[in-house]
Amino acid sequence: MTHAISPGLKASARALFLRDLRLLWRRRGDALQPALFALLVVTLFALALGNDRATLAKSAGAVLWLASLLAGLLALDTLFRGDAEDGSLEQWMLAPVPLAWLVLVRTFMHWATTALPLLVAAPLLAELLHLPHSQLNVLLASLALGTPLLSLLGAVVAALTVGMRRSGILVALLALPLYVPVLVFGAGSVVQAAQGLDVTGALLMLGAGLVLALVLAPLAAAAAIRIALN
Amino acid sequence: MEARGLRFSRNDEPVFGPLDLAVEANEALLVQGDNGAGKTTLLRVLAGLLRLDEGEILIEGRRADAYQRSHAIAYLGHLPALKADLSSLENLDFLCGLHGRRAQLLPEQAMAMVGLAGYEDALARQLSAGQKKRLSLARLWLSPAPLWLLDEPYANLDLDGIELVNRMVQAHLQDGGATLVTTHGAYAAPPVRTRMLVMRKPA
Repeated sequence: MTHAISPGLKASARALFLRDLRLLWRRRGDALQPALFALLVVTLFALALGNDRATLAKSAGAVLWLASLLAGLLALDTLFRGDAEDGSLEQWMLAPVPLAWLVLVRTFMHWATTALPLLVAAPLLAELLHLPHSQLNVLLASLALGTPLLSLLGAVVAALTVGMRRSGILVALLALPLYVPVLVFGAGSVVQAAQGLDVTGALLMLGAGLVLALVLAPLAAAAAIRIALN
Repeated sequence: MEARGLRFSRNDEPVFGPLDLAVEANEALLVQGDNGAGKTTLLRVLAGLLRLDEGEILIEGRRADAYQRSHAIAYLGHLPALKADLSSLENLDFLCGLHGRRAQLLPEQAMAMVGLAGYEDALARQLSAGQKKRLSLARLWLSPAPLWLLDEPYANLDLDGIELVNRMVQAHLQDGGATLVTTHGAYAAPPVRTRMLVMRKPA
């Protein structure tokens, strides 16, 4: 019992990171679902709006934002549910590292697998919707700040509903009011850029929200998980 | 470890308590009781998964907070905490990364110890219930924690597996550890110095 390798924050994060990557690889079909869903929304929107470049360009920012938001929402239920059902969450709670830290790492992985691919594909999708090139940077910046914020807020919602068998409607109802401000500032910044206004305010607001959520959301989600598993 | 005046209730209905128990190093505590008597709940309370209503838990004479308990306790519950899509060894790797492991003991050695040599690359979904239990035992064997909380460790195991649990508990106690084992009494107890705690449904 004398010699033990006790895991620090870094080691536990690495273990969880590696596990999620392996799981992702084993189920690569499922992993692609959110990204494909967003692609579907954007493509169908472009087709439905027809060939009018001006209309497309005007709605491009909003459509891309909505597609990312809905794709994230789609994957939200899987964030903690699998781990709750097979008892992994119990072992997380008993680990010598704070539960909030593991929640943060897991949420980061969720963001990296659902939102990051979209962020990478955003320039192409923006081209599909004829978004003016001058607005592309604003769109990318707002998505880069906004999607991690959505994931963190989503983690709290997912943690709150993890104890329930069927939580689809509740997740949507809980997430809606939390997502609205993010969407308003995020998609709003692109609209402002289109009107030639200064977008610093909206982006700073998103940044401030992200910083706040980075600190508070894992703590709230960890508390919610403890209650849900009671 | 020692616990004094433990009480726990769910939805205002008492599950157990008040309850005193103690287990010393080199000792096992056998928690016996019928189905629904609150054995699992007691273990979950001791592990820190459930918040107790009243009472205190002492480890080495000091009131133990969640952090100390996480270092001192390894918990084997009903749920195996295995990811079906990962191989046995990958599952062990992750759980060791989360809980730490004993130095000089590799996951491969632990798997051989529990009789799963050759199954390192088998996906957890392909293992039988008994083999999953053995994999959880390997995780326990790797854990550096001195106090084991075993919830029905004999369930799903064959005779050889029951013997394995007894051997593990014996070796663990000789090493200075302590163990709490719940059982509904149908199985053989480990051949070690044992205290008994019989739980009954509250009236």
